[in-house]
Amino acid sequence: MNGNILEAINITKYFHDPLTVQVLKDVNFSVQKGEFISVIGKSGCGKSTLLYILSTMDTDFEGELLIDGVSMQNKKEAELAKVRNEKIGFVFQFHYLLNEFSVLKNVMLPGLKFGLLSEKEVEHNAYEKLKILGVENESLKKPNQLSGGQKQRVAIARALINNPLIIMGDEPTGNLDKKNSEIVFNIFKELAEVYNQSLLIVTHDNEFAKRTHRIIEMEDGQIIKL
Amino acid sequence: MNFKLIANISLLLLLARWKQTMVAAIGVTFSITMFITLLGFMNGLNDLLDGLILNRTPHIRLFNEIQASKLQPIDKSLTYKDHHNFVSSVKPKNERLEIYNNGAILNALKKDKRVLGIAPKITAQVFYNVGAIDLTGVINGIDVEAENSLFKFSDYVTTGHYIDLKNIPNSIILGKGAANKMLANIGDVIQVTTPKGERMQLKVVGFFQSGLQDIDNVQSYSSINTTQKLLGETNSYVTDLQIKLKDILLAPQIAKEYEKIFEVEAIDIQTANSQFETGSSVRSLISYVVGITLLIVAGFGIYNILNMMIYEKMDSIAILKATGFSGKDVNVIFITIALSIGVFGGILGLLFGFGVSELIDQIPFNTAALPTIKTYPVNYNPRFYIIGGIFALVTTYFAGYFPARKASKVDPVIIIRGK
Repeated sequence: MNGNILEAINITKYFHDPLTVQVLKDVNFSVQKGEFISVIGKSGCGKSTLLYILSTMDTDFEGELLIDGVSMQNKKEAELAKVRNEKIGFVFQFHYLLNEFSVLKNVMLPGLKFGLLSEKEVEHNAYEKLKILGVENESLKKPNQLSGGQKQRVAIARALINNPLIIMGDEPTGNLDKKNSEIVFNIFKELAEVYNQSLLIVTHDNEFAKRTHRIIEMEDGQIIKL
Repeated sequence: MNFKLIANISLLLLLARWKQTMVAAIGVTFSITMFITLLGFMNGLNDLLDGLILNRTPHIRLFNEIQASKLQPIDKSLTYKDHHNFVSSVKPKNERLEIYNNGAILNALKKDKRVLGIAPKITAQVFYNVGAIDLTGVINGIDVEAENSLFKFSDYVTTGHYIDLKNIPNSIILGKGAANKMLANIGDVIQVTTPKGERMQLKVVGFFQSGLQDIDNVQSYSSINTTQKLLGETNSYVTDLQIKLKDILLAPQIAKEYEKIFEVEAIDIQTANSQFETGSSVRSLISYVVGITLLIVAGFGIYNILNMMIYEKMDSIAILKATGFSGKDVNVIFITIALSIGVFGGILGLLFGFGVSELIDQIPFNTAALPTIKTYPVNYNPRFYIIGGIFALVTTYFAGYFPARKASKVDPVIIIRGK
């Protein structure tokens, strides 16, 4: 399957509070299947804002966003939630695991919400994903019993559960030490190269970015290097 | 929507803060318990007090009354037509108190489908002769069986057996107060005198106690035949027809109808005892208000707890939304939490309410005025339980509705960006 799985066309975004400031100016780019892309830029250059627009969580922008060839304009909140559930996996700087649920259940939640497979199958898949990330032995623990690196790996497993088109990460290694960052990076790399998974990672770790397939550099709301 | 998943998430969120959940549920339980107990007890008392009068009062009473002529001769004079007339030369005449042609009326009433039963009665003014003095009294000549089936006569006969009144000729059941004054015991023979001077000896077969001292001091019961004999009347003589209807609410309307058809006075229970109805409806109203206030207070408790839970779980809500749960899903989760508290607390409340009612029902309550009552009266009307249950659900739903709406509007971006 070749082609653009994600396409941003002339995306422009303003913040209105307290003053109207243009944060994104005519951003155009696309992501191909299996690409491992990093977005870098200084603080405040709009890279996180762009990520939230691309992830459909922020709908207040001008321009067009196509995911899997379908425009995200004029979709209802519930439809966007469905898109996020089925096509996008998220990894944030903070893991955001639910402490009330076991690790396995945390990974299963988006899968159960998808509702395509039975609970047993989702559980099996979740276990497989945890295995890929090497944390299958922790599956019955609560997230607060895990180390920071393990939590982030569980969060990645959760992002993978519905076999999304693309994984988006917002500084996924920002909270991790050198060793754990390395582990997470290797996982991403493996996902991209072995499983042909597309990844779009926002980071300001240049070391991290250099080793990805493609770097998008942003400054003042514009892409200066594709 | 995947209800099993939503229910699962709700349950886990509930259990994560189980102490708070318990407090909220206890609030609901407490208020429903109080609601049920209050209403049951209040209405039990109401029924008791109303029963004191209403059970023994016919829904419609047909009788004749000595009345002044509505038209005086001077009213007919054309000369004084426009004048203020105060000369009333025609006095009430000695009319008979008997209901004329009562056999035919009785038959007509028996055919009326709205009528549950009829008990004929004679009211006779008498003097009880005690040694040298006479005590004024009233003897009610009754159809013993009809009186018992319609007005629970036997409930008020505290000593002796009511049916003896029918089986033993020339017998009387004395009011407790009157009997005490006469120093009469069961088996004694007492003497009564009618206003016309006739005397008769009657055998005491029992005492009755109505709970109203004034009645017990004066009234006695005798069979209708004995009373007819006492008054020297034929056996068609009846002064009152007491009617019990199938539907008490129709009484005023049917009373008017009978008044016209039978040309007698007819009075309905609502007119005769309007104060009782007012009293009991005000008492019920007060207990409903107190109960509902308790529930609303419990509702605010749930609202607070859910609101706090939402602030605490902001991150969780954000990530649920980021990973594909829609605002509606989140809304349903919080409504489910609120309703679970409501259902759980409500059911416990209904059970406890029933328990406390049972407990009150066991507390001894002896009063000389109410011979048949041994414990506090409680009403177990299922209606209170249904209202309590529904109200528990409605309050908790609304208590959950606003926090849930807030939760469903949480914007994941703001929280995730904020970290």
